[in-house]
Amino acid sequence: MLTHLLRLALLTLSLLLPAQIARAQDTAVDIPAQIAAMGEASLKELTQIVVDLASTGDNSVVPVLTALADGNLYADKTSGRVLIQTGSTVTDPLTGETVDLGAEADLSRIRVNNSLRRDISAALAGMTLMSDNPRTRLAAAQGFLAKPDAANLPLLDEAISAETDATVLSAMQTARAVTVLGSEDASVEDKTAAVPQIVAGASRNAITILTGALASAPDPVKPTIQSAISGLEQGRAVWGALQNVWFGVSLGSVLLLAAIGLAITFGVMGVINMAHGEMVMLGAYTTFLTQLVIRQSFPGLLDYSLLIALPVAFLVTGAIGVGIERGIIRWLYGRPLETLLATWGLSLILQQTVRSIFGPTNQMVIAPTWMSGSTDFFGLAITYNRFWIVIFALIVFFMLLLILNRTPLGLQMRAVTQNRRMASAMGIRTPFVDAMTFGLGSGIAGLAGVALTQIDNISPNLGQNYIIDSFMVVVFGGVGNLWGTFVGALTLGIANKFLEPYAGAVLGKILILVLIILFIQRRPRGLFALKGRAIEQ
Amino acid sequence: MLTQALFRALDKKAVWVIGIFLAVAVYVPVANLLIPPGQFGHVPTYLVSLLGKYLSYAILALALDLVWGYCGILSLGHSAFFALGGYAMGMYLMRQIGTRGVYGNPTLPDFMVFLNWKELPWYWLGFDNFWFAMAMVVVVPGLLAFIFGFFAFRSRVTGVYLSIITQAMTFALLLAFFRNDMGFGGNNGLTDFKDILGAPVQAQTTRVILFSSTAIALALSVLVCSMIVNSKLGKVMVAVRDAESRTRFIGYRVEYVKLFAFTVSAIMAGIAGALYVPQVGIINPGEFEPGNSIEVVIWTAVGGRGTLIGPIIGAIVVNLGKSWFTSALPEFWLFALGALFIFVTLFLPKGIVGLWKQVFGARRKKVEEPATPSPAQSADIERGEDPSTFDNPQPRPAE
Repeated sequence: MLTHLLRLALLTLSLLLPAQIARAQDTAVDIPAQIAAMGEASLKELTQIVVDLASTGDNSVVPVLTALADGNLYADKTSGRVLIQTGSTVTDPLTGETVDLGAEADLSRIRVNNSLRRDISAALAGMTLMSDNPRTRLAAAQGFLAKPDAANLPLLDEAISAETDATVLSAMQTARAVTVLGSEDASVEDKTAAVPQIVAGASRNAITILTGALASAPDPVKPTIQSAISGLEQGRAVWGALQNVWFGVSLGSVLLLAAIGLAITFGVMGVINMAHGEMVMLGAYTTFLTQLVIRQSFPGLLDYSLLIALPVAFLVTGAIGVGIERGIIRWLYGRPLETLLATWGLSLILQQTVRSIFGPTNQMVIAPTWMSGSTDFFGLAITYNRFWIVIFALIVFFMLLLILNRTPLGLQMRAVTQNRRMASAMGIRTPFVDAMTFGLGSGIAGLAGVALTQIDNISPNLGQNYIIDSFMVVVFGGVGNLWGTFVGALTLGIANKFLEPYAGAVLGKILILVLIILFIQRRPRGLFALKGRAIEQ
Repeated sequence: MLTQALFRALDKKAVWVIGIFLAVAVYVPVANLLIPPGQFGHVPTYLVSLLGKYLSYAILALALDLVWGYCGILSLGHSAFFALGGYAMGMYLMRQIGTRGVYGNPTLPDFMVFLNWKELPWYWLGFDNFWFAMAMVVVVPGLLAFIFGFFAFRSRVTGVYLSIITQAMTFALLLAFFRNDMGFGGNNGLTDFKDILGAPVQAQTTRVILFSSTAIALALSVLVCSMIVNSKLGKVMVAVRDAESRTRFIGYRVEYVKLFAFTVSAIMAGIAGALYVPQVGIINPGEFEPGNSIEVVIWTAVGGRGTLIGPIIGAIVVNLGKSWFTSALPEFWLFALGALFIFVTLFLPKGIVGLWKQVFGARRKKVEEPATPSPAQSADIERGEDPSTFDNPQPRPAE
């Protein structure tokens, strides 16, 4: 309380300082009279009244100004009084006491417009600059930043000298710098010194503020401002690009997850699996079911349901994949185009099965707490679910690389990819390798499905949305090389996100498709083509 | 020379097929217009439109068969050519609406008024002329196929890769036509047609004439295809299908052969689309759906690829099934279609026609000649897509 009084005293004192004295003394503000005058005032007069009221620095005018800005201030036509009406209660603006109006009262709202609202908020900001609450002070400083007025400089200086909170202090200094830059009286040195403070403090608005100040600034200051603006613009371009790269990496990791299983089956078996998207979809539904079971039976594990769903989805879709290979695909070896048709038919059946069981509506998977929310990484908003998906895609990719390069099965798979007949002659059971490859590819599609539950709707059509993109990644990256898929997915993801701002989402996607079609003309076997000596390869 | 080609084209089977469809083109109008309803032999008007739709699908399937069955190019983008032809026709029909649209604007179609467009975009100019529109039905899909094929075949994009990029093409067009800014009506497409050549589209006689035109167009398509496959060029096409590299080494310009087949096929698909639109009364971007293209492939496969009658039978049979299923058991249509895909590829690689030949033909010819492997089956094997032939530098004797 004591500090509060002290602040008030300081504030009153500040009003006596030369800059303010002229106005304060000339008008000799009579608060009740000014308020009463509001009832009949025009908008222009209202603005003057607001300024005058604010210049008193008297806290008792805060309610009336707030009410005016909120449209709660009324004038009683019969008695000529100005009153605040909130809901059905009518109060006196100065005392705050409830007023009992007679039946003949004729309340009409005192009209305000946006420019007046701005004036009021700036005025209020000055009033609240000395508040006890740091948040209120911060808001007040930001109010000054939004509407700089040279008359407020002493007020700001006062507040700055009393301020202890670093954040608020910085905001106040920025507001002061903006005010100095905008004022007519400040010296060239002061203005030049103000520029770096604005650059440091005003973050996103700095460019707008500086550009606005550029026109009215005295010539010696202009170069400083200009160089500050161009520096800021460069910085913004870099950040924009980084943001796009992050979005692109995020999209690319989703594509990588969806495409990598397809890449293995296509590479090893030369088979285009049109039902691959449905494997992703089944993985997503497995996640949904797993979470359902966990919620009903082991509610304590709900936060880990996604982790539990990972092996489950891998096994379920992997088993289905092996089943498909044994049941359909092995009869069609040597006829890749017909495999394409058969697996397309299969995808229709799987979609319709899921639609019949779960219905066509979207299902929900609840995000665990550690995957919701976002963090601010040097101004880059990174949502946790996207972040974890990128990490997950990388883990899956390197695990797969490990399997292919460090396990006996991987060795056999690579051998079959390179030369099926020779591998067979060396005693590799190629049918077994085929089945395992297909199972592995489908299992990874299932894993992708688990990840996609976090960013996409779980519906029977889930797989359809990704299948064409996955094909593009595989065709672009080239067959038989996981790094090709990796580079392909990230390139497409990033290219997509960089095209989007210029061309729009749909046109960007069309452009990507056209670019891939053109790219295939140059390299008919993709970015990292497997080199062989056969003519037809 | 032309007479010679015609003579060669009109072998026994082709004559039968052409004859049947010309007869249908005459019979259905008579049965619809002259035989009163209720009497035996009458064909109701809704059936005329339905059959007309099937026959335009049959032209599309025949077009695909020309590239897939005879030239070994599995295009998954034929619905794009079909839809482009349809859009050209749709644009003509839109222009014929004139001031009868909802907004009554004499120069702009309704959707443009709705989107606040001020004048007709340049690519709509000329579409109020029927013959210009008909030229576009042929030119637009043909040109797209020519440019696309020229680059794709020149760089030797084959097999699965070609299938995927044709799919990418139709997908890109699908996305493009969904955009309102394109000026093709966005996702609503073009509809609410009134007149074609001055005659109301909905009228019974118009529908009958459209049906007959479709049947005649189908007969002509069979004739053209028969001329192509029975010519020397047709033999080279089959050679490309069965052994592409070998054909190239012999000295044929494989890419030009493919380009020819692809372009002709795209034009046929465009004509099919143009006949389809006035009979169903709407064209929207859904026709570009990659799934539609794959469905055309299954019609061809069901009927029997590498034959002229097969795709026609396939298109009609599968669509009859679709019409029946979607009204009787809508839940099961996708099951049935999916099962059809798997069943046909696994057990009926030569389709219905192949089955027919096996059952009826083999009995007759058993003594005369040993069974030869069907061209359809040897197609993929010989083209090196068989993983078992990877890295096999030894030339192998023809199968």
